[in-house]
Amino acid sequence: MSKKRVVTSTINDNVVEFLCEPRQTLLEVLRTTLNLTGTKEGCANGNCGACTVLMDGRPVVSCLVLAVEAEGRNVRTIEGVAQGSHLDEVQKAFLEGAALQCGICTPGFIMQTEALLAENPDPTEDDVRFFLAGNLCRCTGYDKIVRAVLTAAAARRTSAS
Amino acid sequence: MHDFDYEAPTTLSDAVAFMARHSGGVKPMAGGTDLIDQMRVGVLTPGTLLDVKKIRELNAVQCDATGLALGAAVPCYRIYGDRSIVQKYSALADSCQIIGGIQIQSRASVGGNLCNSGPAADSTPSLIALEAVCVIAGPQGRREVPVEAFCTGPGKNVLKPGELLVELRFPPRPTDSGSHYRRFIPRNEMDIAVVGVAASVQLDRDRTHFVSARIALGAVAPTPLLAADAGAVLAGQPVGDEAISRAAEAARAVVSPITDMRGTREFRIHLTGVLTRRVLNAAVARARGEQVDCRPGH
Repeated sequence: MSKKRVVTSTINDNVVEFLCEPRQTLLEVLRTTLNLTGTKEGCANGNCGACTVLMDGRPVVSCLVLAVEAEGRNVRTIEGVAQGSHLDEVQKAFLEGAALQCGICTPGFIMQTEALLAENPDPTEDDVRFFLAGNLCRCTGYDKIVRAVLTAAAARRTSAS
Repeated sequence: MHDFDYEAPTTLSDAVAFMARHSGGVKPMAGGTDLIDQMRVGVLTPGTLLDVKKIRELNAVQCDATGLALGAAVPCYRIYGDRSIVQKYSALADSCQIIGGIQIQSRASVGGNLCNSGPAADSTPSLIALEAVCVIAGPQGRREVPVEAFCTGPGKNVLKPGELLVELRFPPRPTDSGSHYRRFIPRNEMDIAVVGVAASVQLDRDRTHFVSARIALGAVAPTPLLAADAGAVLAGQPVGDEAISRAAEAARAVVSPITDMRGTREFRIHLTGVLTRRVLNAAVARARGEQVDCRPGH
C-alpha cells in the first residue's frame, strides 16, 4: 500500500495537519478524518455539487479533488461560514426563504453562493441560475433557492454600504 | 478507489524523467475532473498519479503579439477570465465557459480535455479552428502535433508512453478575424454536446468578403474533425447566406455520426448544418467588432 502522507492545509482559518492516502478524496478526508460532516456526498462524480467547498476562494467539488492536493491550500467549508452562532446573510436567506427541504444539497449551494457573491455582489436572476447550474436539488424546484441568493446578495450589499 | 502513489514534480524535466523511469503505469493529472472519476469507477488504475499543476510551463498563459501559449494544465476559469483570450481567441473562451459547471471549470483544463480525447470534447473544436499545435515533451525530446491530428479515436491519441502534453500554441490572430464555439444540448447548461461546432474566420479589410475560414466539428465522428473543405469554400466569397450555406453543406458532407441516447445520426447531421451556419454568422459578427452574447440558453 502506498504510504500515508502528511498534509498541511488551512481549513476555515485554522492550520490543520492530517494524514491521508493518495487515493482519498478531499471530501472523504473532510468527513471521516476531520469530522467536518457539513460537506455532503451526493453523486461522488462531480455532477451534483453537494460537496462544493472553496479552495483558495474558488469553488470546487471536493469529490474530484485528492486530499493530497490540499497541501498548502486554503480550504473553506460550510462549517467556516457562520461566525459562532451568528449565521451569515446567505445562510439566513436560505433559512428564512425556505430554500431547502431535505438539506443534503444546501451546504453545497451555500458555498457556491459564497463564491458567486464574492465575485459578483449584484447578480441578476440569470447570473444566479448560470452560476448555480452545477448544484442539483431534487426537492425545491430551485425557485426558492434563486430567490434566497438574490435576497442574500441584497442584504450583503445593504450591510456593506 | 484503488491504491496508487502520488507525485507532484515542480519541473518539466523531473516530470519527463519520472515518466521515463516508470514506463507505463503513470498517469499525468491536471484538474482530475475526468481522471479521478475514471479511477473511482475502476476504468483507469494507474500505479502513480503525476500531478502536473506545479510545473511552470504547464500552468502558464502567455498571450501577446507572437500568439498564445497556453499551458496544458491551465484551468478553464483562468482562460475565460483572461481578457486578451476572450477578445482574440473567443472560441476557446466560449468552450471553457460551458465545460461542466463553475466548480468543474475551477479545475478542468483544456490540455486534460484534449488528452482525454472524447469525441464530444467541447474545447477541442475551438483549438482546431484556432490552429493550435500541441507541444509534447518526452524521453526523445520535444515534438509538435497539430491538434486536428492529435486524437486517433474515442479516448485515444498520439501520445506515446512517457510523453506529456506541455502546452498548446496558437498563431497570432489577424485583424478582421473572429471565432465562436457553440454546441447543441437539450438543457441550458451542464450537458455533453450532441454536436459542437467551432469556426474561425478572417475577413478582408472592408469586412465584406471571407479571406479564409476554419471550421471544426465535435461529436459527429470518432474524433473531433477539421472540416477543411467547409472552410475552403468560403475563401474569397462575399459574406452572406449563400456562401455560409455552402460551407454548412460541406460540413454536413464530412461527418459520420452515430445514433445514441443523445441523438440520432440524422439529427446530428442536421445539427451540423444548423450550427455551422449559426457559428459562422457569430464569428463574422465578432470579426466586424460586434458583441455576440454566447451564454448557453441565450
